[in-house]
Amino acid sequence: MKLLKFLSGVATALSLALPSLADEKLKVGFIYVGPIGDGGWTYEHDIGRLAVEDHFGDRVETIYKESVDEGADSERSITQMALEGADLIFTTSFGYMDATLNVAKKFPNVKFEHATGYKTAPNMSIYSARFYEGRAVQGHIAGKMTKSNIVGYIASYPIPEVIRGINSAYIHARKANPDVEFKIIWVYTWFDPAKEADAATALVNQGADVVLQHTDSTAPQSAAEKAGGVITFGQASDMAQFAPLPRVSSIIDNWAPYYIARTQAVLDGTWVSTDTWDGIGPGMVGIGDISEAVPEDVKAEALALKNAIASGEYHPFTGPLSKQDGSQWLAEGEVADDGTLLGMNFYVEGVEGEVPN
Amino acid sequence: MTDLFSINIVVLLASLISASTPILLAATGELVAERAGVLNLGVEGMMITGAACGFIVSVHTGSPAIGFIAAAAGGTAMSALFALLTQCALANHVASGLALTLFGLGLSALLGQGYVGVKPPPTGNLELPILSDLPVLGPALFSQDIVSYLALALVIAVWLALARSRSGLILRAVGENHNAAHALGYRVVRVRVLAILFGGGCAGLGGAYISLIRVPQWTDGMTAGAGWIALAIVVFSSWKAGRVLLGAWLFGGITVLQLNLQAAGIAIPVEYLSMSPYLITILVLVILSADNSNAPASLGRIFHAPR
Amino acid sequence: MLLLERRPQPSRFWIYSTPLLAIAITMISGGALFALLGENPVEAVLAIFWEPVFGEFSFYHRPQILIKSGPLVLIAIGLSLGFRAGIWNIGAEGQYIIGALTGAAVGLAFYPMSGWFIFPLMVVSGAMGGILWASIPAFLRTRFGANEILVSLMLVYVAEQILAKMALGPLRNPDGHGFPGSRNFQNYPSAHNAELIAGTGIHLGIAAALVSVMFAHVLFSKHILGYRIRLSGEAPRAARFAGVGTSRIVFFCLCTSGALAGLAGLFEVSGPSGQVNIDFNTGYGFTAIIVAFLGRLHPVGILFAGLLMGLTYIGGETAETRLGLPSASIQIFQGMLLFYLLAVDVLSNYRIRVKPPKTRSSA
Repeated sequence: MKLLKFLSGVATALSLALPSLADEKLKVGFIYVGPIGDGGWTYEHDIGRLAVEDHFGDRVETIYKESVDEGADSERSITQMALEGADLIFTTSFGYMDATLNVAKKFPNVKFEHATGYKTAPNMSIYSARFYEGRAVQGHIAGKMTKSNIVGYIASYPIPEVIRGINSAYIHARKANPDVEFKIIWVYTWFDPAKEADAATALVNQGADVVLQHTDSTAPQSAAEKAGGVITFGQASDMAQFAPLPRVSSIIDNWAPYYIARTQAVLDGTWVSTDTWDGIGPGMVGIGDISEAVPEDVKAEALALKNAIASGEYHPFTGPLSKQDGSQWLAEGEVADDGTLLGMNFYVEGVEGEVPN
Repeated sequence: MTDLFSINIVVLLASLISASTPILLAATGELVAERAGVLNLGVEGMMITGAACGFIVSVHTGSPAIGFIAAAAGGTAMSALFALLTQCALANHVASGLALTLFGLGLSALLGQGYVGVKPPPTGNLELPILSDLPVLGPALFSQDIVSYLALALVIAVWLALARSRSGLILRAVGENHNAAHALGYRVVRVRVLAILFGGGCAGLGGAYISLIRVPQWTDGMTAGAGWIALAIVVFSSWKAGRVLLGAWLFGGITVLQLNLQAAGIAIPVEYLSMSPYLITILVLVILSADNSNAPASLGRIFHAPR
Repeated sequence: MLLLERRPQPSRFWIYSTPLLAIAITMISGGALFALLGENPVEAVLAIFWEPVFGEFSFYHRPQILIKSGPLVLIAIGLSLGFRAGIWNIGAEGQYIIGALTGAAVGLAFYPMSGWFIFPLMVVSGAMGGILWASIPAFLRTRFGANEILVSLMLVYVAEQILAKMALGPLRNPDGHGFPGSRNFQNYPSAHNAELIAGTGIHLGIAAALVSVMFAHVLFSKHILGYRIRLSGEAPRAARFAGVGTSRIVFFCLCTSGALAGLAGLFEVSGPSGQVNIDFNTGYGFTAIIVAFLGRLHPVGILFAGLLMGLTYIGGETAETRLGLPSASIQIFQGMLLFYLLAVDVLSNYRIRVKPPKTRSSA
């Protein structure tokens, strides 16, 4: 009897203590698709999480779960976080879209943020980055720097985001150097260091002296370094350990400002469901330091291009542009609309080969 | 330009050798284990552990050579767990091997925390004098890294040992019929434990080749299925050391070739090409079975000395 | 020197107590691991074993354990038939994938039609897909004597390639903005494998798993076919003398396990998972092999082994989210549990004897 009384006492104390604790601290959860140690996609999201902790200090507590499979496992992991009292949950992979939506319906008081998807709810926002803006800057440097006029491109899966990147890089490489030619390898993986290294080597064997990558590991950088005389760009992460050569610049996913802003919104009670697709301007896409291996004039042009995109003065997909089959896509001065960009499944004129299907 | 001839055969051969070395090492080790009658499906777990151990040790010592030794030690330690389970506790080989892979993937990820983005010391290439100046074959075959040569030497050594030496004979006898081998007075368990440890060491070396030479860096799960390919190669080789080399070149070659074909602008159905080595392996298996020279008869069976 | 001596009969006492012993050892060494990582070992071990079943959110976690265990049990039951007959299907992962693909393909072919017959058709074609994939090793073994362990394993890789092709090609959601992956069955009621009783997590796949346990139990304890299966595994020569058709047994065992693996895939893709995706398979086919052995190839044992595996998955996730443990440490923990469970089984079949070193037999 005494024990029972004691236990019930503890329970009351806990139930009293818990909500007040929860009120004090905002709990922010993150669901990662890979291990934090992937050095790319997930690594950058985790940097964003740490930035949130740094910025808010004691007012916020973060929790995370890494290597969450897309599918049934993801819905459970998101639910567990909501049950554990998370007030705001970021799910950081496209494959979590339906799962996030399902959980969002069950927990109307919890806020959800899904990366790179297209479904929203009153308590579910979506956010993504206009990586193609960074690709434009890359393409320009690539076009200027190549001596063989062959640029290699390691592509992951034939999905709009990747195709958009290829087109953007190609358009701007062509502008900088009309003789440039792209060689594209589809590796059908986001992350397989050995295969990515082999792909980079194959491209170099084909005469490429610039290798762009849309996969997450730094293996292509190592392969380029080994081959010598080849330049590369960091992907997702700065990959500064390969600067100044082969890595001459990079596209950095900078989630920290967004994560901090959204957390602040929840703290202030001003959070509403939004659809964010930010680029260089708001700082979601960062251009890593352009190394001294790039001549001053090229660097200046690249920075000018970056600034023009950031200020909104210039859109990387501005007409006249034709599709690969020669049909017109954008007229002189016309700018691509987001809908077309989001579903892009065609190459622009000049890119060789076909989008695999 | 869609141009088949733009593929440089020499460079292709060189990258083929580099792509096949890790699976060659692991497959050679597994071959020895399987010839002794042990089916160890934990190759992936031993490889990734080797990759992590080798990387960490060579970063701290600055010596790739010491790194490779540590990788072999790491792989061997993992395989010792397997030996303990299957040879001492008489547990099922398949289940133990799968558990080993799970354990190895976790252990390596934990060990490797904090090594992401670190660069390992470079392993130099060994240019064999005179031979490396040969046209075509020179650069492809005779100016590789040292470990590639060692892998080739290992295959030859294993082939000789299995085919010619007395210990090779005993090993095969144990794999073919453990009861008969026991009756002849051979230490079945001891032979198998040694074969398992050898397999683990080789797998560890193969893993370190990926993290120290082929890629070279550390990332979680970086072997990405190479251990499973090594298992397929052993089957493809029909348990003959010489054919392991052929198998490793086939499996490594298909990957390298499809990437090069794509780079040359030739549209290829990637999935069909990627599954072809496995289909060829099944075909080889069927032909061999009809040929009546089959897998070691005691493969995967548990031995307990009758009294 | 320690020696193992085979028991004439497996020890009943040890059969029941070895799993508990293994769990106890895992808790101790797992706790040591967590302590090394700077966590409170008691809290971590409790989060894994206690929280999901009795903790604050057990109302959510208990059904999730069932969802996770269902496919494991279903596949493992099928595998155990073959394993008892000495037929080693280790390619259940491939049969699972193909079953999911064929079943999903049938469902998607009817989209957006509605009708009561769609889901049953999917179930049948899922099973057929699994049978198709498993009959390849069965045929090659009976016709050419090719080793089914290796053929079935090779076919897993082939199936994975087909899955990638399908998720990116024919089965890709036309309204999915070009992303890989099929339509979501959760939004297509006629093809959705929904919960039978809301909130319990019990869907048809779990019901099928329970039925398969009972079926296997009856088969082995009552039916002549079960006897024949065991005979061909334990005494192949005697089985041949007794007129047991080896080919028939091979086909029966492989195709049954293929069908169950295919069903597991179909129930998963149309239910909890919802869609065909590139990495849709999460290794159930391989984990089920371990489950089959942990359950000592006995139907009821498999049921418990499946539930235990499910518990460690869910508990592991709880520990990760709550304590911020790296997922690698949970993998190591599971690996330990499997090692110990496999290792202690020796006690039920063997007696450990201390042998005086003098009487060494000649080597």
